[in-house]
Amino acid sequence: MTTLARLDRVTRRFGDVTALDDVSLEIGAGRIVGLLGPNGAGKTTLLSLLQGLRRPSSGTIELFGGDPSAPSTRAHLGCTPQETALPATLRVREVIEFIGRHFDQPVPTAELAEEFGLTALLKRQTGALSGGQRRRLSVALAFVGRPKLVLLDEPTTGLDVDGRRALWDAVRRQHEAGATVVVTSHYLEEIEALAQRVVVVDRGRVLVDDELHAVLDQVELRMLRLTTPEAQAAIALPGVVDSRPEADGSLTLFARDADTAVRELVASGIPFRGLTVRGASLEEAFLTLTANANAAIAESLKENQA
Amino acid sequence: MTTFRLAGVHAKYSMIETFRVPIAVIGSLVFPALGLLFFVVPQRVVADDPAFATQAVISMSVFAVMANSLFSFGISIAEDREKPWDPYLRTLPVPGMARVLAYIFSIGLMGVIAIIPVIVIGGLLTAAEASISGILFGLVMLAVSALPFMLIGICVGYSMPSKAAIAVVQVVMFGFAFAGGLFLPPLLFAPWLDTLSKFFPSRQARELVIWAVQGGDLEPWAWLGILAWIAMTLVLALVLFRRDEGRRYR
Repeated sequence: MTTLARLDRVTRRFGDVTALDDVSLEIGAGRIVGLLGPNGAGKTTLLSLLQGLRRPSSGTIELFGGDPSAPSTRAHLGCTPQETALPATLRVREVIEFIGRHFDQPVPTAELAEEFGLTALLKRQTGALSGGQRRRLSVALAFVGRPKLVLLDEPTTGLDVDGRRALWDAVRRQHEAGATVVVTSHYLEEIEALAQRVVVVDRGRVLVDDELHAVLDQVELRMLRLTTPEAQAAIALPGVVDSRPEADGSLTLFARDADTAVRELVASGIPFRGLTVRGASLEEAFLTLTANANAAIAESLKENQA
Repeated sequence: MTTFRLAGVHAKYSMIETFRVPIAVIGSLVFPALGLLFFVVPQRVVADDPAFATQAVISMSVFAVMANSLFSFGISIAEDREKPWDPYLRTLPVPGMARVLAYIFSIGLMGVIAIIPVIVIGGLLTAAEASISGILFGLVMLAVSALPFMLIGICVGYSMPSKAAIAVVQVVMFGFAFAGGLFLPPLLFAPWLDTLSKFFPSRQARELVIWAVQGGDLEPWAWLGILAWIAMTLVLALVLFRRDEGRRYR
Protein backbone atom coordinates (compact mmCIF):
# COMPACT_ATOMS: atom_id res chain seq x y z
CA MET A 1 0.00 0.00 0.00
CA THR A 2 1.40 3.39 -1.02
CA THR A 3 1.09 6.10 1.57
CA LEU A 4 -0.43 9.22 -0.01
CA ALA A 5 -0.48 11.42 3.06
CA ARG A 6 0.99 11.22 6.51
CA LEU A 7 0.49 13.31 9.64
CA ASP A 8 3.07 12.72 12.34
CA ARG A 9 2.25 14.10 15.81
CA VAL A 10 0.62 17.19 14.33
CA THR A 11 -0.62 19.95 16.60
CA ARG A 12 -2.21 23.15 15.31
CA ARG A 13 -3.13 26.03 17.60
CA PHE A 14 -5.12 29.18 16.80
CA GLY A 15 -4.21 31.57 19.59
CA ASP A 16 -5.47 29.84 22.73
CA VAL A 17 -7.52 27.26 20.87
CA THR A 18 -5.97 23.92 20.04
CA ALA A 19 -7.70 22.77 16.86
CA LEU A 20 -5.60 19.63 16.43
CA ASP A 21 -3.87 17.97 19.33
CA ASP A 22 -1.02 15.53 18.60
CA VAL A 23 -2.68 13.80 15.65
CA SER A 24 -0.93 10.98 13.78
CA LEU A 25 -2.62 9.57 10.71
CA GLU A 26 -1.71 7.75 7.52
CA ILE A 27 -3.79 7.74 4.39
CA GLY A 28 -2.97 4.90 2.04
CA ALA A 29 -3.94 4.58 -1.61
CA GLY A 30 -7.18 2.98 -2.63
CA ARG A 31 -9.84 3.57 -0.02
CA ILE A 32 -12.52 6.02 0.95
CA VAL A 33 -11.69 7.36 4.39
CA GLY A 34 -14.47 9.03 6.35
CA LEU A 35 -13.49 11.76 8.76
CA LEU A 36 -16.33 11.96 11.21
CA GLY A 37 -16.86 14.41 14.00
CA PRO A 38 -19.14 17.16 15.31
CA ASN A 39 -18.76 20.75 14.12
CA GLY A 40 -15.58 22.30 15.49
CA ALA A 41 -13.90 18.93 16.01
CA GLY A 42 -10.91 19.85 13.83
CA LYS A 43 -11.91 18.15 10.55
CA THR A 44 -11.57 21.23 8.38
CA THR A 45 -8.30 22.23 10.06
CA LEU A 46 -6.93 18.77 9.27
CA LEU A 47 -7.89 19.13 5.60
CA SER A 48 -6.46 22.64 5.36
CA LEU A 49 -3.11 21.31 6.58
CA LEU A 50 -3.15 18.65 3.86
CA GLN A 51 -4.07 21.34 1.30
CA GLY A 52 -1.07 23.42 2.30
CA LEU A 53 -3.29 26.35 3.33
CA ARG A 54 -1.98 26.21 6.87
CA ARG A 55 1.13 24.93 8.53
CA PRO A 56 1.18 22.84 11.72
CA SER A 57 2.28 24.49 14.99
CA SER A 58 4.33 21.35 15.60
CA GLY A 59 4.73 17.93 13.99
CA THR A 60 5.16 17.11 10.31
CA ILE A 61 2.85 16.66 7.34
CA GLU A 62 3.68 14.85 4.14
CA LEU A 63 1.61 14.82 0.98
CA PHE A 64 2.81 12.43 -1.75
CA GLY A 65 6.09 12.38 0.16
CA GLY A 66 6.51 16.17 -0.08
CA ASP A 67 5.55 19.42 1.57
CA PRO A 68 1.90 20.32 0.84
CA SER A 69 2.64 24.05 0.92
CA ALA A 70 4.78 23.66 -2.26
CA PRO A 71 2.49 24.09 -5.30
CA SER A 72 4.10 21.25 -7.28
CA THR A 73 3.29 18.78 -4.48
CA ARG A 74 -0.41 19.50 -4.99
CA ALA A 75 -0.44 18.41 -8.67
CA HIS A 76 -2.29 15.19 -7.78
CA LEU A 77 -4.57 16.62 -5.11
CA GLY A 78 -8.25 17.38 -5.70
CA CYS A 79 -10.24 19.78 -3.51
CA THR A 80 -13.66 21.40 -3.57
CA PRO A 81 -14.50 25.07 -3.15
CA GLN A 82 -17.44 26.00 -0.94
CA GLU A 83 -20.35 26.13 -3.35
CA THR A 84 -21.07 29.76 -2.47
CA ALA A 85 -17.52 30.58 -3.58
CA LEU A 86 -17.91 29.93 -7.30
CA PRO A 87 -17.34 33.11 -9.37
CA ALA A 88 -20.93 34.10 -10.17
CA THR A 89 -20.31 35.59 -13.61
CA LEU A 90 -18.31 32.67 -15.05
CA ARG A 91 -20.13 29.94 -16.94
CA VAL A 92 -19.99 26.32 -15.77
CA ARG A 93 -17.86 25.34 -18.78
CA GLU A 94 -15.43 28.18 -18.07
CA VAL A 95 -15.01 27.26 -14.41
CA ILE A 96 -14.27 23.62 -15.29
CA GLU A 97 -11.79 24.63 -18.00
CA PHE A 98 -10.13 27.24 -15.76
CA ILE A 99 -9.45 24.69 -13.02
CA GLY A 100 -8.55 21.96 -15.55
CA ARG A 101 -5.74 24.08 -16.98
CA HIS A 102 -3.83 23.73 -13.70
CA PHE A 103 -3.32 20.02 -14.35
CA ASP A 104 -1.33 17.97 -16.86
CA GLN A 105 -4.10 15.75 -18.12
CA PRO A 106 -7.48 17.22 -17.20
CA VAL A 107 -10.65 15.22 -17.75
CA PRO A 108 -12.39 16.55 -20.89
CA THR A 109 -15.12 19.00 -19.86
CA ALA A 110 -17.91 17.07 -21.60
CA GLU A 111 -16.92 13.84 -19.85
CA LEU A 112 -16.78 15.44 -16.39
CA ALA A 113 -20.07 17.25 -16.97
CA GLU A 114 -21.74 13.97 -17.97
CA GLU A 115 -20.42 12.25 -14.83
CA PHE A 116 -21.77 14.90 -12.47
CA GLY A 117 -25.00 15.71 -14.32
CA LEU A 118 -23.89 19.15 -15.49
CA THR A 119 -24.18 18.66 -19.27
CA ALA A 120 -27.33 20.76 -19.63
CA LEU A 121 -25.85 23.51 -17.47
CA LEU A 122 -22.50 24.10 -19.19
CA LYS A 123 -23.58 27.44 -20.69
CA ARG A 124 -25.13 28.80 -17.49
CA GLN A 125 -23.37 31.31 -15.29
CA THR A 126 -22.73 29.75 -11.89
CA GLY A 127 -24.72 32.55 -10.24
CA ALA A 128 -27.83 31.17 -11.98
CA LEU A 129 -27.44 27.64 -10.59
CA SER A 130 -29.44 26.18 -7.72
CA GLY A 131 -27.68 25.23 -4.49
CA GLY A 132 -27.63 21.55 -5.46
CA GLN A 133 -26.26 22.25 -8.94
CA ARG A 134 -23.52 24.44 -7.50
CA ARG A 135 -22.64 21.69 -5.05
CA ARG A 136 -22.34 19.16 -7.89
CA LEU A 137 -20.07 21.55 -9.78
CA SER A 138 -17.91 22.12 -6.67
CA VAL A 139 -17.44 18.38 -6.16
CA ALA A 140 -16.80 17.83 -9.89
CA LEU A 141 -13.95 20.36 -9.73
CA ALA A 142 -12.12 18.11 -7.26
CA PHE A 143 -11.90 15.40 -9.94
CA VAL A 144 -10.99 17.49 -13.01
CA GLY A 145 -7.22 16.92 -12.62
CA ARG A 146 -7.44 13.09 -12.34
CA PRO A 147 -6.21 13.35 -8.72
CA LYS A 148 -4.68 10.52 -6.73
CA LEU A 149 -6.09 11.96 -3.50
CA VAL A 150 -9.37 13.85 -3.19
CA LEU A 151 -10.44 15.81 -0.13
CA LEU A 152 -14.19 16.42 0.17
CA ASP A 153 -15.33 18.66 3.01
CA GLU A 154 -18.99 18.05 3.87
CA PRO A 155 -19.83 17.31 0.21
CA THR A 156 -23.61 16.97 0.47
CA THR A 157 -24.61 19.24 3.36
CA GLY A 158 -27.87 20.94 2.43
CA LEU A 159 -28.75 18.64 -0.48
CA ASP A 160 -32.06 16.78 -0.79
CA VAL A 161 -32.11 12.97 -0.71
CA ASP A 162 -31.94 12.49 -4.50
CA GLY A 163 -29.15 14.98 -4.93
CA ARG A 164 -27.23 13.37 -2.13
CA ARG A 165 -27.51 9.86 -3.59
CA ALA A 166 -26.55 11.03 -7.08
CA LEU A 167 -23.45 12.71 -5.71
CA TRP A 168 -22.49 9.69 -3.61
CA ASP A 169 -22.81 7.48 -6.69
CA ALA A 170 -20.56 9.80 -8.66
CA VAL A 171 -17.94 9.84 -5.89
CA ARG A 172 -18.05 6.04 -5.68
CA ARG A 173 -17.53 5.70 -9.45
CA GLN A 174 -14.55 8.05 -9.26
CA HIS A 175 -13.14 5.98 -6.43
CA GLU A 176 -13.54 2.78 -8.44
CA ALA A 177 -11.68 4.53 -11.25
CA GLY A 178 -8.70 4.86 -8.91
CA ALA A 179 -9.02 7.96 -6.71
CA THR A 180 -8.43 7.76 -2.98
CA VAL A 181 -11.01 9.88 -1.21
CA VAL A 182 -11.09 11.53 2.21
CA VAL A 183 -14.57 12.75 3.05
CA THR A 184 -15.51 14.74 6.14
CA SER A 185 -18.99 14.83 7.51
CA HIS A 186 -20.95 15.26 10.66
CA TYR A 187 -23.65 13.01 9.19
CA LEU A 188 -23.26 9.38 10.11
CA GLU A 189 -25.43 8.49 7.12
CA GLU A 190 -22.98 10.06 4.69
CA ILE A 191 -20.01 8.26 6.20
CA GLU A 192 -21.95 4.98 6.16
CA ALA A 193 -22.80 5.44 2.50
CA LEU A 194 -19.27 6.21 1.36
CA ALA A 195 -16.50 5.26 3.72
CA GLN A 196 -14.65 2.01 4.22
CA ARG A 197 -12.37 3.27 6.95
CA VAL A 198 -13.58 5.77 9.53
CA VAL A 199 -11.60 8.20 11.62
CA VAL A 200 -13.59 9.81 14.42
CA VAL A 201 -12.25 13.13 15.67
CA ASP A 202 -13.43 15.30 18.51
CA ARG A 203 -11.82 18.31 20.17
CA GLY A 204 -8.76 17.94 17.96
CA ARG A 205 -8.02 14.33 18.87
CA VAL A 206 -8.50 11.07 17.00
CA LEU A 207 -10.87 8.98 19.09
CA VAL A 208 -11.31 6.01 16.79
CA ASP A 209 -9.59 4.87 13.59
CA ASP A 210 -11.09 1.66 12.35
CA GLU A 211 -13.15 -0.18 9.73
CA LEU A 212 -16.63 1.22 9.13
CA HIS A 213 -18.56 -1.60 10.78
CA ALA A 214 -16.41 -1.50 13.92
CA VAL A 215 -17.02 2.22 14.31
CA LEU A 216 -20.72 1.90 13.65
CA ASP A 217 -20.94 -0.58 16.50
CA GLN A 218 -19.41 2.03 18.77
CA VAL A 219 -21.35 5.13 17.76
CA GLU A 220 -24.65 3.67 16.71
CA LEU A 221 -26.88 3.96 19.75
CA ARG A 222 -30.64 3.58 19.91
CA MET A 223 -32.79 5.71 22.18
CA LEU A 224 -35.76 4.23 24.02
CA ARG A 225 -38.10 6.82 25.47
CA LEU A 226 -40.75 5.73 27.94
CA THR A 227 -42.60 6.70 31.09
CA THR A 228 -42.18 4.41 34.07
CA PRO A 229 -42.56 4.67 37.86
CA GLU A 230 -39.54 2.36 38.30
CA ALA A 231 -36.82 4.41 36.61
CA GLN A 232 -33.91 2.96 38.59
CA ALA A 233 -34.84 -0.60 37.65
CA ALA A 234 -35.17 0.36 33.98
CA ILE A 235 -31.72 2.04 33.98
CA ALA A 236 -30.20 -1.09 35.52
CA LEU A 237 -31.48 -3.36 32.72
CA PRO A 238 -28.78 -5.27 30.81
CA GLY A 239 -27.92 -3.61 27.48
CA VAL A 240 -28.68 -0.08 28.69
CA VAL A 241 -25.47 1.96 28.44
CA ASP A 242 -26.71 5.38 29.46
CA SER A 243 -29.87 7.24 30.49
CA ARG A 244 -31.29 10.72 30.67
CA PRO A 245 -34.43 12.03 32.48
CA GLU A 246 -36.61 14.21 30.23
CA ALA A 247 -38.40 17.45 31.11
CA ASP A 248 -41.89 15.91 30.72
CA GLY A 249 -41.14 13.25 33.36
CA SER A 250 -40.33 10.52 30.86
CA LEU A 251 -37.03 8.68 30.70
CA THR A 252 -34.62 8.12 27.80
CA LEU A 253 -32.48 4.98 27.78
CA PHE A 254 -29.51 4.52 25.41
CA ALA A 255 -28.81 0.99 24.18
CA ARG A 256 -26.61 -0.51 21.48
CA ASP A 257 -29.28 -3.06 20.55
CA ALA A 258 -32.84 -1.80 20.79
CA ASP A 259 -34.41 -5.22 20.22
CA THR A 260 -32.60 -6.82 23.13
CA ALA A 261 -33.29 -3.85 25.38
CA VAL A 262 -37.03 -3.98 24.63
CA ARG A 263 -37.13 -7.73 25.26
CA GLU A 264 -35.35 -7.24 28.58
CA LEU A 265 -37.72 -4.43 29.49
CA VAL A 266 -40.82 -6.51 28.80
CA ALA A 267 -39.40 -9.63 30.49
CA SER A 268 -38.49 -7.65 33.60
CA GLY A 269 -42.14 -6.82 34.22
CA ILE A 270 -41.37 -3.13 34.89
CA PRO A 271 -44.55 -1.15 34.18
CA PHE A 272 -44.15 1.41 31.37
CA ARG A 273 -46.14 3.30 28.77
CA GLY A 274 -45.59 5.48 25.72
CA LEU A 275 -42.52 3.61 24.40
CA THR A 276 -40.82 5.11 21.36
CA VAL A 277 -37.56 3.95 19.78
CA ARG A 278 -35.34 6.04 17.52
CA GLY A 279 -31.71 6.21 16.47
CA ALA A 280 -29.47 8.47 18.49
CA SER A 281 -28.17 11.44 16.59
CA LEU A 282 -24.47 11.49 15.94
CA GLU A 283 -24.09 14.28 18.48
CA GLU A 284 -25.70 12.11 21.16
CA ALA A 285 -23.65 9.10 20.15
CA PHE A 286 -20.50 11.22 20.35
CA LEU A 287 -21.31 12.33 23.87
CA THR A 288 -21.34 8.69 24.95
CA LEU A 289 -18.26 7.88 22.90
CA THR A 290 -16.25 10.83 24.20
CA ALA A 291 -17.38 10.13 27.75
CA ASN A 292 -16.11 6.58 27.33
CA ALA A 293 -12.83 7.79 25.88
CA ASN A 294 -12.34 10.27 28.72
CA ALA A 295 -13.14 7.56 31.25
CA ALA A 296 -10.57 5.29 29.59
CA ILE A 297 -7.94 8.03 29.75
CA ALA A 298 -8.75 8.70 33.41
CA GLU A 299 -8.51 4.97 34.05
CA SER A 300 -5.07 4.65 32.46
CA LEU A 301 -3.85 7.73 34.37
CA LYS A 302 -4.95 6.12 37.62
CA GLU A 303 -3.13 2.92 36.71
CA ASN A 304 0.02 4.88 35.94
CA GLN A 305 -0.14 6.63 39.30
CA ALA A 306 -0.76 3.44 41.20
CA MET B 1 7.47 28.76 -17.61
CA THR B 2 4.53 27.13 -15.87
CA THR B 3 4.29 30.24 -13.72
CA PHE B 4 3.83 32.45 -16.78
CA ARG B 5 1.38 30.06 -18.44
CA LEU B 6 -0.75 29.90 -15.28
CA ALA B 7 -0.50 33.68 -14.82
CA GLY B 8 -1.95 33.96 -18.33
CA VAL B 9 -4.76 31.53 -17.46
CA HIS B 10 -5.66 33.40 -14.27
CA ALA B 11 -5.49 36.76 -16.06
CA LYS B 12 -7.77 35.47 -18.83
CA TYR B 13 -10.53 34.28 -16.53
CA SER B 14 -10.25 37.35 -14.34
CA MET B 15 -10.71 39.48 -17.50
CA ILE B 16 -13.75 37.42 -18.50
CA GLU B 17 -15.20 38.02 -15.03
CA THR B 18 -14.51 41.75 -15.27
CA PHE B 19 -16.06 42.13 -18.72
CA ARG B 20 -19.22 40.26 -17.69
CA VAL B 21 -20.08 43.38 -15.67
CA PRO B 22 -19.27 45.94 -18.39
CA ILE B 23 -20.42 48.98 -16.46
CA ALA B 24 -17.51 48.50 -14.06
CA VAL B 25 -15.13 48.64 -17.01
CA ILE B 26 -16.82 51.63 -18.61
CA GLY B 27 -16.42 53.63 -15.42
CA SER B 28 -12.65 53.44 -15.40
CA LEU B 29 -12.37 53.79 -19.20
CA VAL B 30 -14.69 56.72 -19.77
CA PHE B 31 -13.71 59.02 -16.95
CA PRO B 32 -10.24 60.06 -18.21
CA ALA B 33 -11.61 60.47 -21.76
CA LEU B 34 -14.44 62.67 -20.45
CA GLY B 35 -11.96 64.69 -18.40
CA LEU B 36 -9.98 65.45 -21.54
CA LEU B 37 -13.13 66.21 -23.51
CA PHE B 38 -14.63 68.63 -20.96
CA PHE B 39 -11.62 70.29 -19.37
CA VAL B 40 -9.01 70.41 -22.14
CA VAL B 41 -10.68 70.33 -25.56
CA PRO B 42 -12.93 73.42 -25.00
CA GLN B 43 -10.00 75.53 -23.72
CA ARG B 44 -8.53 76.40 -27.07
CA VAL B 45 -5.55 78.21 -25.47
CA VAL B 46 -4.38 74.83 -24.24
CA ALA B 47 -5.84 72.65 -26.96
CA ASP B 48 -4.36 74.64 -29.85
CA ASP B 49 -0.86 74.79 -28.38
CA PRO B 50 1.03 71.60 -29.30
CA ALA B 51 3.23 71.57 -26.18
CA PHE B 52 0.43 72.27 -23.67
CA ALA B 53 -2.04 69.96 -25.39
CA THR B 54 0.46 67.11 -25.39
CA GLN B 55 1.09 67.65 -21.67
CA ALA B 56 -2.64 67.64 -21.01
CA VAL B 57 -3.08 64.37 -22.89
CA ILE B 58 -0.15 62.91 -20.92
CA SER B 59 -1.67 64.10 -17.63
CA MET B 60 -4.95 62.36 -18.44
CA SER B 61 -3.10 59.18 -19.48
CA VAL B 62 -1.24 59.18 -16.15
CA PHE B 63 -4.58 59.72 -14.43
CA ALA B 64 -6.16 56.83 -16.36
CA VAL B 65 -3.34 54.45 -15.45
CA MET B 66 -3.24 55.65 -11.83
CA ALA B 67 -7.01 55.31 -11.34
CA ASN B 68 -6.99 51.87 -12.93
CA SER B 69 -4.05 50.64 -10.82
CA LEU B 70 -5.39 51.97 -7.53
CA PHE B 71 -8.95 50.76 -8.13
CA SER B 72 -8.16 47.39 -9.63
CA PHE B 73 -5.54 46.34 -7.11
CA GLY B 74 -7.12 47.93 -4.04
CA ILE B 75 -10.62 46.74 -4.63
CA SER B 76 -10.02 43.38 -6.34
CA ILE B 77 -7.58 42.25 -3.65
CA ALA B 78 -9.85 43.42 -0.83
CA GLU B 79 -12.82 41.67 -2.45
CA ASP B 80 -10.94 38.47 -3.29
CA ARG B 81 -9.74 38.19 0.30
CA GLU B 82 -13.35 38.20 1.46
CA LYS B 83 -14.41 35.43 -0.93
CA PRO B 84 -13.95 31.74 -0.14
CA TRP B 85 -12.91 31.21 -3.80
CA ASP B 86 -9.47 32.56 -2.94
CA PRO B 87 -8.49 29.81 -0.43
CA TYR B 88 -9.75 27.25 -2.97
CA LEU B 89 -7.47 28.64 -5.66
CA ARG B 90 -4.60 28.35 -3.20
CA THR B 91 -5.15 24.57 -2.99
CA LEU B 92 -4.42 24.27 -6.73
CA PRO B 93 -0.88 23.62 -7.98
CA VAL B 94 -0.27 27.29 -8.78
CA PRO B 95 2.61 29.37 -7.35
CA GLY B 96 1.67 32.60 -5.57
CA MET B 97 3.88 34.52 -7.99
CA ALA B 98 1.66 33.39 -10.88
CA ARG B 99 -1.35 34.94 -9.18
CA VAL B 100 0.44 38.24 -8.57
CA LEU B 101 1.58 38.29 -12.21
CA ALA B 102 -1.99 37.54 -13.28
CA TYR B 103 -3.16 40.66 -11.43
CA ILE B 104 -0.45 42.68 -13.17
CA PHE B 105 -1.32 41.28 -16.64
CA SER B 106 -5.05 41.83 -16.36
CA ILE B 107 -4.80 45.22 -14.69
CA GLY B 108 -2.05 46.29 -17.07
CA LEU B 109 -4.21 45.39 -20.07
CA MET B 110 -7.08 47.40 -18.59
CA GLY B 111 -4.69 50.32 -18.17
CA VAL B 112 -3.68 50.13 -21.84
CA ILE B 113 -7.34 50.02 -22.87
CA ALA B 114 -8.07 53.02 -20.63
CA ILE B 115 -5.51 55.28 -22.33
CA ILE B 116 -6.57 54.44 -25.90
CA PRO B 117 -9.59 56.82 -25.90
CA VAL B 118 -7.42 59.52 -24.28
CA ILE B 119 -4.79 59.24 -27.02
CA VAL B 120 -7.42 59.12 -29.79
CA ILE B 121 -9.31 62.19 -28.49
CA GLY B 122 -6.02 63.99 -27.89
CA GLY B 123 -4.82 63.22 -31.39
CA LEU B 124 -8.03 64.21 -33.16
CA LEU B 125 -9.36 67.17 -31.18
CA THR B 126 -6.28 68.93 -29.89
CA ALA B 127 -2.97 70.04 -31.32
CA ALA B 128 -1.13 67.41 -29.30
CA GLU B 129 1.70 65.85 -31.24
CA ALA B 130 4.47 63.34 -30.60
CA SER B 131 6.81 61.13 -32.58
CA ILE B 132 6.19 57.39 -32.71
CA SER B 133 9.36 56.74 -30.71
CA GLY B 134 8.27 59.40 -28.20
CA ILE B 135 4.89 57.71 -27.77
CA LEU B 136 6.50 54.26 -27.32
CA PHE B 137 9.06 55.55 -24.80
CA GLY B 138 6.21 57.40 -23.06
CA LEU B 139 4.22 54.17 -22.76
CA VAL B 140 7.21 52.42 -21.20
CA MET B 141 7.66 55.23 -18.67
CA LEU B 142 3.91 55.18 -18.04
CA ALA B 143 4.19 51.49 -17.16
CA VAL B 144 7.13 52.17 -14.81
CA SER B 145 5.35 55.06 -13.12
CA ALA B 146 2.27 52.85 -12.62
CA LEU B 147 4.28 50.69 -10.18
CA PRO B 148 3.88 52.87 -7.06
CA PHE B 149 0.12 53.12 -7.72
CA MET B 150 -0.18 49.36 -8.13
CA LEU B 151 1.76 48.87 -4.89
CA ILE B 152 -0.38 51.42 -3.04
CA GLY B 153 -3.41 49.53 -4.35
CA ILE B 154 -1.96 46.28 -3.00
CA CYS B 155 -1.36 47.91 0.41
CA VAL B 156 -4.95 49.17 0.52
CA GLY B 157 -6.29 45.78 -0.60
CA TYR B 158 -4.42 43.87 2.08
CA SER B 159 -5.03 46.28 4.93
CA MET B 160 -8.80 46.82 4.89
CA PRO B 161 -12.18 45.38 3.89
CA SER B 162 -13.51 46.16 0.42
CA LYS B 163 -16.01 48.84 1.49
CA ALA B 164 -13.29 50.81 3.23
CA ALA B 165 -10.98 50.20 0.28
CA ILE B 166 -13.41 51.91 -2.13
CA ALA B 167 -13.52 55.03 0.03
CA VAL B 168 -9.77 55.19 0.61
CA VAL B 169 -8.97 54.60 -3.05
CA GLN B 170 -11.25 57.44 -4.12
CA VAL B 171 -9.71 59.90 -1.68
CA VAL B 172 -6.17 58.87 -2.65
CA MET B 173 -7.00 58.99 -6.35
CA PHE B 174 -8.48 62.50 -6.42
CA GLY B 175 -5.95 63.82 -3.93
CA PHE B 176 -3.06 62.52 -6.03
CA ALA B 177 -4.68 63.76 -9.24
CA PHE B 178 -5.06 67.38 -8.06
CA ALA B 179 -1.81 67.54 -6.13
CA GLY B 180 0.08 65.96 -9.00
CA GLY B 181 -1.11 68.51 -11.54
CA LEU B 182 -3.08 65.99 -13.57
CA PHE B 183 -6.29 68.08 -13.60
CA LEU B 184 -4.77 71.58 -13.44
CA PRO B 185 -1.28 72.05 -14.90
CA PRO B 186 1.38 72.85 -12.23
CA LEU B 187 2.06 76.06 -14.17
CA LEU B 188 -1.01 77.49 -12.46
CA PHE B 189 0.07 76.33 -8.99
CA ALA B 190 1.13 78.75 -6.23
CA PRO B 191 4.87 78.28 -5.44
CA TRP B 192 4.18 76.47 -2.14
CA LEU B 193 1.75 74.07 -3.85
CA ASP B 194 4.25 73.47 -6.63
CA THR B 195 6.89 72.50 -4.03
CA LEU B 196 4.48 70.21 -2.19
CA SER B 197 3.35 68.69 -5.47
CA LYS B 198 6.85 67.48 -6.25
CA PHE B 199 6.59 64.96 -3.39
CA PHE B 200 3.59 63.20 -4.96
CA PRO B 201 4.10 60.14 -7.19
CA SER B 202 1.42 61.47 -9.53
CA ARG B 203 3.45 64.65 -10.22
CA GLN B 204 6.63 62.63 -10.60
CA ALA B 205 4.90 60.25 -13.02
CA ARG B 206 3.62 63.19 -15.06
CA GLU B 207 7.11 64.73 -15.36
CA LEU B 208 8.65 61.37 -16.24
CA VAL B 209 6.24 60.67 -19.08
CA ILE B 210 6.39 64.25 -20.40
CA TRP B 211 10.18 63.95 -20.48
CA ALA B 212 9.92 60.63 -22.34
CA VAL B 213 7.51 62.01 -24.95
CA GLN B 214 8.68 65.61 -25.39
CA GLY B 215 12.33 65.30 -24.43
CA GLY B 216 14.09 68.12 -22.54
CA ASP B 217 15.55 67.97 -19.06
CA LEU B 218 14.36 65.55 -16.40
CA GLU B 219 14.73 67.02 -12.93
CA PRO B 220 16.35 64.50 -10.53
CA TRP B 221 13.47 64.80 -8.02
CA ALA B 222 11.10 63.19 -10.51
CA TRP B 223 12.93 59.91 -11.05
CA LEU B 224 14.42 59.82 -7.53
CA GLY B 225 10.93 60.39 -6.16
CA ILE B 226 9.41 57.57 -8.20
CA LEU B 227 12.17 55.19 -7.07
CA ALA B 228 11.66 56.21 -3.43
CA TRP B 229 7.91 55.65 -3.71
CA ILE B 230 8.45 52.23 -5.32
CA ALA B 231 10.85 51.21 -2.55
CA MET B 232 8.61 52.47 0.27
CA THR B 233 5.38 50.98 -1.06
CA LEU B 234 7.08 47.69 -1.95
CA VAL B 235 8.31 47.27 1.63
CA LEU B 236 4.90 48.18 3.03
CA ALA B 237 3.13 45.82 0.62
CA LEU B 238 5.37 42.91 1.63
CA VAL B 239 4.83 43.61 5.34
CA LEU B 240 1.05 43.77 4.89
CA PHE B 241 1.05 40.62 2.72
CA ARG B 242 2.91 38.65 5.40
CA ARG B 243 0.74 40.00 8.18
CA ASP B 244 -2.35 39.04 6.22
CA GLU B 245 -1.15 35.44 5.78
CA GLY B 246 -1.01 35.21 9.54
CA ARG B 247 -4.23 36.95 10.30
CA ARG B 248 -6.47 35.35 7.73
CA TYR B 249 -6.09 31.92 9.26
CA ARG B 250 -7.30 32.65 12.76
